[in-house]
Amino acid sequence: MRIKKEIRLTLFKLVVALVGAVGFAYAAGAETQNLLNVSYDPTRELYRDINAAFIPEYKAKAATDLTIKQSHGGSGSQARAVVDGLEADVVTLAIPSDVDQIAKAGLLDKDWRKRLPNDGSAYNSTIVFVVRKGNPKNVHDWPDLVREGIEIITPNPKTSGNGQLSLWAAWGSVTQRGGSEAEAARFVTQLYKQVPVLDAGARGSTTTFVQKGIGDVHLTWENEAYLEVQEAEGSVEIVYPPISILATPPLAWVDANVKRHGTEAAARAYLEFLYTPKAQEIIAKHHYRPTEPAALARFQAGLPKIELFPITALGKDWSDAKDRFFGEGKIFDSIYKPK
Amino acid sequence: MSDSTSGRRPLAPRGEAARSLTPPLADARPAAVRPESAADAAPLRVGAGTKSRRGAEDPAIVRWTLIALAFLAMTILVVIPLANVFYEAFAKGVGTYWDNLYNDPDTLSAIFMTLKVAPMAVALNVVFGFAAAWAIARFRFPGRALLTSLIDLPFAVSPVVAGLLFVLLFGLQGLFGQWLREVDVKIIFAWPGLVLATTFVTFPIVARELIPLMEATGSDEEVAAVSLGARWWQLLSRVTLPNVKWGILYGVILCNARAMGEFGAVAVVSGRITGQTDTMPLRVEKLFQEYNLPGAFAVASVLTLLALITLVIKVTLEWRTRRELEEASRLRTLRSEA
Repeated sequence: MRIKKEIRLTLFKLVVALVGAVGFAYAAGAETQNLLNVSYDPTRELYRDINAAFIPEYKAKAATDLTIKQSHGGSGSQARAVVDGLEADVVTLAIPSDVDQIAKAGLLDKDWRKRLPNDGSAYNSTIVFVVRKGNPKNVHDWPDLVREGIEIITPNPKTSGNGQLSLWAAWGSVTQRGGSEAEAARFVTQLYKQVPVLDAGARGSTTTFVQKGIGDVHLTWENEAYLEVQEAEGSVEIVYPPISILATPPLAWVDANVKRHGTEAAARAYLEFLYTPKAQEIIAKHHYRPTEPAALARFQAGLPKIELFPITALGKDWSDAKDRFFGEGKIFDSIYKPK
Repeated sequence: MSDSTSGRRPLAPRGEAARSLTPPLADARPAAVRPESAADAAPLRVGAGTKSRRGAEDPAIVRWTLIALAFLAMTILVVIPLANVFYEAFAKGVGTYWDNLYNDPDTLSAIFMTLKVAPMAVALNVVFGFAAAWAIARFRFPGRALLTSLIDLPFAVSPVVAGLLFVLLFGLQGLFGQWLREVDVKIIFAWPGLVLATTFVTFPIVARELIPLMEATGSDEEVAAVSLGARWWQLLSRVTLPNVKWGILYGVILCNARAMGEFGAVAVVSGRITGQTDTMPLRVEKLFQEYNLPGAFAVASVLTLLALITLVIKVTLEWRTRRELEEASRLRTLRSEA
């Protein structure tokens, strides 16, 4: 009996010692503090340049050394991560309703749109087509997409802003030209039948289209399309459809987190910086559409004029449209059957 | 009382216990090694001679075709992809390779993160795996069968689900989320989460390695040690650990290899913060997605290199274990002859 107890005691002491060691290691390895920008997928290159421009400027102005860390992924899953405790100081997501999700969890002010100019957007964008070089399938407009034998690449609307915008753009291309909702539903149902794979985020879809060579048409962000053409070294090209959706990627600082980190001033200055001429120029260079009139006028030439319809064409606002199209059991669930 | 203390083989003579040590150890080794070492360890050499004679009877063409096929498969599936990793990594020159690794702080941070997370996960697994193996091999208790199957559970659960599990537990909306935030402890979206997720998916490795070994060695020596007055640390360091040291080492190596390469579970709990919560596999994907192919392959080459080092250590260990077994069986034969 004593012997067994002794052995059992040994086991116990071992476990206690281990837990102690881990606790010690945790205490010794405390995190350093930075500004964390949680963003959507294709903005990696944009914010790399924005950060490089902002850090010295902020140091001169506020005498503070900043390190800005980035996190990128599908807009919806990024918002979900912030709700789950990813300590973003600022979020720069794809769809305003994703910021509303974070507000709903109580982490930021419900009136975040009023805190920054232009409803909290410093750049707009839209959805365009990327096709193989020479446009072999002769795709020019939305109806061309559902011709037989055309494979379409676009990310999953449940996790990605790009994915939602693609579906909305396709839907609106019917209803804005006088088609009925039933016709629009038929059109997108057929369209998603021709999608062989739904990636979680915009960049994943780009990899599928360019590096893996799957699909004939890639429905993607305008800015992502330019980067894609550049990186694919001429093996793909952009096609502008005559009509598409106006995307207004939202910016907000996350109140609950900046208060904890003591980074409210820096987070605010960071987002306000995006509206300055210097940042607007970087934004335009990365093929986003600047929202400040002066910058827009300057870079207008580089942005083909196509008809961009606002989200209000499809719902009361972004959250309402999202709910109508992508809520549990709503339009997307009824038209998309996973293969 | 003494019956139950000594576990499954209470009265096994010393020689029996030592011989039964062979199967579990041999099981852990690749199939190619096994028959040979089993034949070496066992005093009876029945199969060896007949097998080689039958091999010689096969027509040469069959033998050579099979050998060629095996080589072809190995070349296509293993050698070429591996060589390609290094080829792509160095495609733009050694300078670029070095730049991609050393002058990219985000990549460096990912390398250090892996070198920090993997050993911690391995350490946790060694201690918990050892404790679990000991409990299962030495004691009968209610729920023992349940514990045995629970240990295997992480192999059955998808790594992504494992990651989500921790998000649901420690996330802000999770069970302990609010409390963790109040005491300001970060688990998910920080390195402790990475360690937890990695530990979870690699948990069975060490325990699985140790349970059969400890069951085979039996507890006679431990009982003797304790009855002779050994304290708990003496029991551990002089008797129990030396008996299973090769099993532990082997488990450590396998566990480490798996821990460094883990992707799914850590991807879920990492929060994708570049330069902060990226491990090497996550960094490879990120670089690939950012069109930096040489960079992605450079990090991949470091991972591959670490895997190759692991392989060398594993082979060395196997060789040493085999020698020890041969030694033991030789001594046994001598003893039985005397």
